[in-house]
Amino acid sequence: MANPEKDEVTGTETTGHEWDGIKELNTPLPRWWVWTFYATIIWGIGYMIAYPAIPLVKTNTKGLLGTTNRMELQAELDAVKKARGEKLAKLEKLSLEEISKDPELREFAVNMGKAAFKANCVQCHGSGAQGGPGYPNLNDDDWIWGGTLEAIHYTITNGARYNPDTNEDTRQSEMPAFGEQLEPQQINAVVEYVLKLSGQPHDEAKAKEGEKVFMEEAGCNGCHGDKGEGIQDAGGPRLSDGIWLYSGTREAIKSQIMKPKHGVMPAWKGRLDPATIKALTIYVHSLGGGAKS
Amino acid sequence: MGVTVRLAQMAVLGLFSILSIIMWANAKDTPYAIHAIIFLLATVLGLIYLARSTKFDGASAADEGEYMDDVVKAGVIATVFWGIVGFTMGVYVASELAFPFLNMDFPLTNFGRLRPVHTSAVIFAFGGNALIATSFYVVQRTNKTRLAFGNLAWFVFWGYQLFIVLAASGYVLGVTQSREYAEPEWYVDLWLTVVWVAYFLVFFGTIVKRKVSHIYVANWFYLSFIVTIAMLHIGNNLALPVSFFGSKSYALLSGAPDAITQWWYGHNAVGFFLTAGFLGMMYYFVPKRANRPVYSYRLSIVHFWALIFTYIWAGPHHLHYTALPDWVQTLGMVMSVILWMPSWGGMINGLMTLSGAWDKLRTDPVLRMLVIAVAFYGMSTFEGPMMAIKSVNALSHYTDWTVGHVHSGALGWVGMITMGSLYYLFPRLWNRERLYSYTLVSWHFWLATLGIVLYAASMWVSGIMQGLMWREYDAQGFLVYSFAETVEAMHPYYVIRALGGALYLTGGLLMAYNFWQTVRGNVRASEAALEVAKA
Repeated sequence: MANPEKDEVTGTETTGHEWDGIKELNTPLPRWWVWTFYATIIWGIGYMIAYPAIPLVKTNTKGLLGTTNRMELQAELDAVKKARGEKLAKLEKLSLEEISKDPELREFAVNMGKAAFKANCVQCHGSGAQGGPGYPNLNDDDWIWGGTLEAIHYTITNGARYNPDTNEDTRQSEMPAFGEQLEPQQINAVVEYVLKLSGQPHDEAKAKEGEKVFMEEAGCNGCHGDKGEGIQDAGGPRLSDGIWLYSGTREAIKSQIMKPKHGVMPAWKGRLDPATIKALTIYVHSLGGGAKS
Repeated sequence: MGVTVRLAQMAVLGLFSILSIIMWANAKDTPYAIHAIIFLLATVLGLIYLARSTKFDGASAADEGEYMDDVVKAGVIATVFWGIVGFTMGVYVASELAFPFLNMDFPLTNFGRLRPVHTSAVIFAFGGNALIATSFYVVQRTNKTRLAFGNLAWFVFWGYQLFIVLAASGYVLGVTQSREYAEPEWYVDLWLTVVWVAYFLVFFGTIVKRKVSHIYVANWFYLSFIVTIAMLHIGNNLALPVSFFGSKSYALLSGAPDAITQWWYGHNAVGFFLTAGFLGMMYYFVPKRANRPVYSYRLSIVHFWALIFTYIWAGPHHLHYTALPDWVQTLGMVMSVILWMPSWGGMINGLMTLSGAWDKLRTDPVLRMLVIAVAFYGMSTFEGPMMAIKSVNALSHYTDWTVGHVHSGALGWVGMITMGSLYYLFPRLWNRERLYSYTLVSWHFWLATLGIVLYAASMWVSGIMQGLMWREYDAQGFLVYSFAETVEAMHPYYVIRALGGALYLTGGLLMAYNFWQTVRGNVRASEAALEVAKA
C-alpha cells in the first residue's frame, strides 16, 4: 500500500490509492454483513439438501424431502377431490332432474358450475352471463335452443354450428341471406313488420306489406313462428320481444336480413368432464331464465 | 487522424452502404425494406460527415493529453432525450391499461407493440446511453488517459443510436422475436453485436493504456457489465433467419431450454445492465459529489466478486412452477437469496461513503438524488431475493407486484442515480459554474420520489390483490373469481400508477429544461441574486 493516510472524519486509514480525487477507506467488512452472508449460504446448502438440486450424469439429487412441484400439485388436487368426494360421485351418477331436486347437491352443482363458467364461458357470455352483441344473455328466458335442463345440457355438450362436418350433433340453423333473394322494398317492408312484432315504432302500411312477405314470399315464419314467437327446435330466435342477439334497431334488423351473421359456440364434450358439463347446466339453468321441462 | 485511417473507415462504411442497398433491393417484407433504408441513410450520412471533416493536409491528430468529452456530451444529451421519450411512452402504455380506448384499435398504437417501445426506450436507450456516456467520462478520469482508438467512440455512440431507432421502429411495425427485453430481430441483433464489440474495445483499450497503477472499482463494474452483456446478448439471440432478406427468424432452442436461456438473459439484463453498470456509476459520482472517500475498499472487492458470481445463476426464479426441472428452480432460488448480501454491499458502500457529509443532504439536492437512488437500490435488492422464494413467488408471479418491483428498481435506482449523475455532469462538461437552478432540482427530486411511491405502492396493492384473487377458492374448492373480475378490481390502481408515472415524467421535463438553460450559460435570476447576497 502506497502512502496510507488517516481520514480525519472517521479516523480510518485509506488504502493510499487515489483516482481523480477519489480515495478509499480501509474499513473492514461490516460484521453483520459477513454473518448474514454466511447465514444465507448455510441456509442455501440446507435447502439444496432438502430439495432436488444438484444435476448428476443422468438424473439429479432428489432431496431428503423427496418432493417435486408436480407431487405438491397432485397432493393439493387429491385433497380437493377427496373433500368433494361424495357429492362429486353423486353428481356423476344422478340425472339432471334428480340433482336439481336435492337442494344440497344442487347448491354444490351451482357452485361448481359457476367456477367452471368463470374459467371457460365468460370470454363470450360475460362475467355476469349478460352476453354481448352476438353472444346470448343467459339471465333471461329468451332461449334460442331451449331453456330446459336437457336443452341447455345438449347445447353445452354439442355446441352450436361447431365443426358440423365432424360433429353431427351440434346445434345447426342458418338464416339465408335475403339480400340476394328479395327486392329492396320487400326487405324494407319486412323490417317494418319485425319492428311491429317487437313493439317498436314502425310504418303501419309497410308493416302490413311486410307481414305478407314474412308469411309467404320469404317464409320467415318457418323458423321464427307465425307471430315471431320463435321456434326453438329450429333454432329460430323469438322476434316478439325486446331481446336481441345483434341489436334491434332498424339498421341492424335490415343488415341481419340481408346478410345474417351466425355465431359459433364450441362443443364442450371432451374438453370438460361430464360432471362439469352437468354442473354448468344446473348453473346456467339457475340464472333466472331456466325453463321447466 | 491520419488520412489512411480515415479512408479505411470510409471504406468500411461504404461496404455497409452497399450491403444495405442489397438488403433493400431483395427485401421480402416491408419492415425489412424500411430498416434497410434507415440503415442506408445512416451510413450515407456517416460517409458524408467523414469526407467533409477529413483534413488532407496531414493536420495533427487530437491532443492525446486531452480527455475526449464531446462524445460524452452527445451521450448525456441522448440520455435526456431518450429518457423523456421512454417516460412518455411509459405513461401512455400505463394509461392504455387503465383506459383501454387509448389503444385506438390500431396496430401501431396497440399496447402489445408500444410496451416494448417503452421498456427498450428506458432500459436500452436511456439507461444504455447513460452507461456508455458515464463510462467514457469515468474511464478517462480514473485512468488519466484519453479514450482509446480515436473516433471509434463516436462510432459506438452513433451505432448505438441507430440500434435504438431500428429496434423501436421495428416494434411499432410488428417486428419482434417475442423475447422479453430482447425483442429486436436477428439483423438488428447482429448490428448491436458490432457496436458492442467496438464499445468493449474503446473501454478496455482505455484501461490498458491507463497512467495509474490500480484500476478503480467503478471500472470493474463497467467492464463486467460490458463483457457479460455481450455474452448474454449473443447467447440469447441465437436464431435462424427464415431468409437473409426477411425480418423473421426462429430461435435455435425450443421448449424449456429456450425459456431458461431467455430468463438467464432476462435476469442478467437486470443484474449486469441495470445493477452492475449503474453501480459503476454510483462508485464514481457518489464519492465525487459527497467529496468523501469510498467507505470500504475491501467491501467493494468482496461484494463485486460475490455479486457477479451469484447473479448469473438467478435467472430460473423467473420460471418457478413451470416445465423447468425442479433442480434448476432450486438453484435459481438459492442463488437469488444468497445474492441479497452481495447486492447490499453496494448499498452499504454508497450510503456509508456519506459519513462525515450527511449534512450536505440538506443543502445539495443532487446528492440527495444520488443517495435516495442507493436507498431504492437497497429496497429492491431485498425485495428481489424475497420474491424469488418459491412460496412468495407462488403469490407474486405473473402479477403487478413484479411490475412494481421492477419499477422501484428502475425509477428509484437506475433513474435517480442516472439523473443525479447527469446533474453532476452537465455544468462540468459545458464548463458552467453551476446548474441553472437548484430549486428545480429539488422539485424534480420530490416529483420523482412521490411518483415512485405512488407507482410502487399501487402495484403492491394491486399485485397482491390480484394474486390473492386468482388463488381464491370457496369452501368446496371452487375458484371464486374470473380473470375479468380481477382486471376490474385493479382499475383504480392502474389509474394511480399512471399518475405516478406522470409525476416522474414531469420531473424529467423539469430536468431537461434545467439542462437547456445550464448549457446556455444561464443562472436562474432569483438564485443568482441569492448567491450575490450570501457573498
